[in-house]
Amino acid sequence: MTDDAPAGAAGMTRTRTATGPADGPDPRGRARGARRAGRGAAPRRVRTGSRWTPYVLVAPFFVFFGAFGVFPLAATAWASLYRMELTAPDERQWVGVHNYARLADDTFFWNALANTVTIGILATVPQLLLALGVAHLLDVRLRGRGVFRVVALAPYATSVAAATLVFALFFGRDHGMANWALGLAGLDPVDWQNGPWASKFAVASIVIWRWTGYNALIYLAAMQTVPPELYEAASLDGASRWRQFLHVTLPGLRPAIAFTVLVSTIGATQLFGEPLLFGSGAGATGGADHQFQTLGLYLYEQGWVNLHLGRAAAIAWTMLLILVVVFGAVRVARALLARRESAREGLGHARSGRSGRDGRRR
Amino acid sequence: MGWRRRRTRGGAYGLALALLLGLGPAAGCAMDPAEPRPVSARDPVDGRGRPVTLTVGVFGTFGFQEAGLYDAYMRLHPDVAVRQTSLTRNDVYYPQLLTHLTAGSGLADVQAVEVGNIAEVLATQAERLDELGTAPGVDRRAFLPWKWAQGTAADGRTLALGTDIGPQAVCYRKDLFARAGLPTERDAVGRLWAGDWRKYLAAGLRYRERAPEGTVFTDSASGVLAAVTGSAALRYYDERGDLIVAENPAVRAAWDLAAAFARQGLTARLQQFTPGWDQAFANGTFATIACPAWMLGYIEDKAGPAGRGRWDVAPAPRPGSWGGSFLVVPSAGRRRAEAARLAAWLTAPAQQATLFARRGSFPSASAAYALPEVADARHPYFGDAPVGAIFARAALGVPRAPIGPKDALVSQTLADVGMLQVDQTGRAPDSAWHAAMQAIDNALDR
Repeated sequence: MTDDAPAGAAGMTRTRTATGPADGPDPRGRARGARRAGRGAAPRRVRTGSRWTPYVLVAPFFVFFGAFGVFPLAATAWASLYRMELTAPDERQWVGVHNYARLADDTFFWNALANTVTIGILATVPQLLLALGVAHLLDVRLRGRGVFRVVALAPYATSVAAATLVFALFFGRDHGMANWALGLAGLDPVDWQNGPWASKFAVASIVIWRWTGYNALIYLAAMQTVPPELYEAASLDGASRWRQFLHVTLPGLRPAIAFTVLVSTIGATQLFGEPLLFGSGAGATGGADHQFQTLGLYLYEQGWVNLHLGRAAAIAWTMLLILVVVFGAVRVARALLARRESAREGLGHARSGRSGRDGRRR
Repeated sequence: MGWRRRRTRGGAYGLALALLLGLGPAAGCAMDPAEPRPVSARDPVDGRGRPVTLTVGVFGTFGFQEAGLYDAYMRLHPDVAVRQTSLTRNDVYYPQLLTHLTAGSGLADVQAVEVGNIAEVLATQAERLDELGTAPGVDRRAFLPWKWAQGTAADGRTLALGTDIGPQAVCYRKDLFARAGLPTERDAVGRLWAGDWRKYLAAGLRYRERAPEGTVFTDSASGVLAAVTGSAALRYYDERGDLIVAENPAVRAAWDLAAAFARQGLTARLQQFTPGWDQAFANGTFATIACPAWMLGYIEDKAGPAGRGRWDVAPAPRPGSWGGSFLVVPSAGRRRAEAARLAAWLTAPAQQATLFARRGSFPSASAAYALPEVADARHPYFGDAPVGAIFARAALGVPRAPIGPKDALVSQTLADVGMLQVDQTGRAPDSAWHAAMQAIDNALDR
């Protein structure tokens, strides 16, 4: 996430406060910032209320966060350890980690996990690449680009339900526009609902359609923060438009790209509305052979169709754990890569002085 | 228009609406915005000056309000106001009803329950429901015995009163039958397959020989499966309440027959209650469909004016029922006596007959079959077919099959996981059967 920068800032804060007053509910703590800003000058403190005022002021957030964030999480974790049915939540039986252990040989769970990953890749990769392209086009000073920006964001403003219904009709087997177009091109019609790949592609296309514009606007905002001098310098060095994009624009977009990858990955893991509605109201099975049943859909099916709250809760927590593990793995991999790179650069530095590093900078 | 979808599944548009309203996974508590009568100072009050407002919680378009039954009740009882809350889809409504029942709050005074869920409600929520069998105005003999039995819990208390049922017929296209060289007159069509669903398959094979271009015999193999199992004397549960879907030869026979429709190419390979199915009515791609009474309005709506005079209704090979609902009165309600009286009135033969005349929901009160609204009922869209007589005969012949807690889940899995694959992807019937059984075992946590 945006961990890198704040982590550094936090570290600095920590070292500074070590020299300041002791931590804890100390009223003087409030003046810390002021003291830091004007070190040496006498601290000017204005008493505006009791020592509890700040806590009262921040309390609403924590109350709501506790009620709607922490409590559901904890309750779900607790429920996942029981055999609990929606028909009688009070008559639960303690089963320990059984609800988690059983997922190991739950073929429906693994199928849903595989579908989630497949649809996630099918949706996220093209979506972000397309968004980059769209943002690049919007960044160019073309006429009426305000209109184009609105158009790019329109799908994002459309409700999932409306969009998916239209797509379900579009991908209809007998009377859908997609097959009609294929027919014009002389190709055989595709059964978009039942094809294991066709259905995943269809669901992914809804996601791509909805989120490309949103990501493009994030990229666009980031692009506009890249200093024009860099482009100027690059073109003086004779870099082509494409090389400028690769070596000036993309590095400038790195935080934005990291953010969109993270958000899209979380979104892909939780994908629910699109596959549910693409099934045309035929329940949460995600197709006759569960061919586009995602984890979110399987969780919903277990909880609200099959009424097994404990199992659904275990799936929910497993989804969270999968995300944590994936992001943890990415961090570890990045750290390892960075270490290896610095080691190699260290070697290169020893061999050829500073030139290698400077060349890379360019 | 706006037909209630009897099965747990509903139309995609309903689901979309539910999601639009934010009722999705959390199954929120938004109610139908169109309340008939907001509480106001003019509302009736009881002896102590408090307003007596009864709420009725339903799913889909139940029809009570549209048929004017609430208004009639309020005219009869000026001291009572009736309001309705409605959720579009039963698969959103039902989990919410369970949550409200177990929590003892958020309930309407009278709640509707679909037949696929009634056994589960009676098995798990019996102590939270009021007995209605002995409520004033309820006459056990007025109801079909099997419907009454379905609303009776294991301890013998009748907790649910039947509203409507879904007696089966076969709706067919006269024009397509004529072009395929089959009889078109409804009695002759009925004789084609009277007594045996296998004769329905034989008729389908005859139709295929001279089928008009671009048409097939029936809409879906899953529809055939639902109709055939609906007429079996034993379905998914036995008398002791054990799940026997895997062993019951009647279910397997229905499965093989429905699979034969798919394998012989007699189906349009559609999934019921999806947009493609709706479009197929309008485009006239299939010649017959097993139709419970409540489906007639749906067909009229989807086939549109172009279908007028082309459709007709013939008796099904064997009588069966598909769908239908009940009313229950939660014990957590504050107005239980008044609620029971309202439930009794809404399900009494006269009101059920009115509901049939105005909305097409067929009465579960057999005493209504002699009333002119039912006995003389003809359906103009379906060639003035005597639908009252056809469906009454079917209703009286429905076998008294035991139903179990997970009936809805089992039938939906058989249709949407199993038979749908045979029909749409050509999966071998044995393999699809295995897949359906595996899905049922997983869903039932067995």
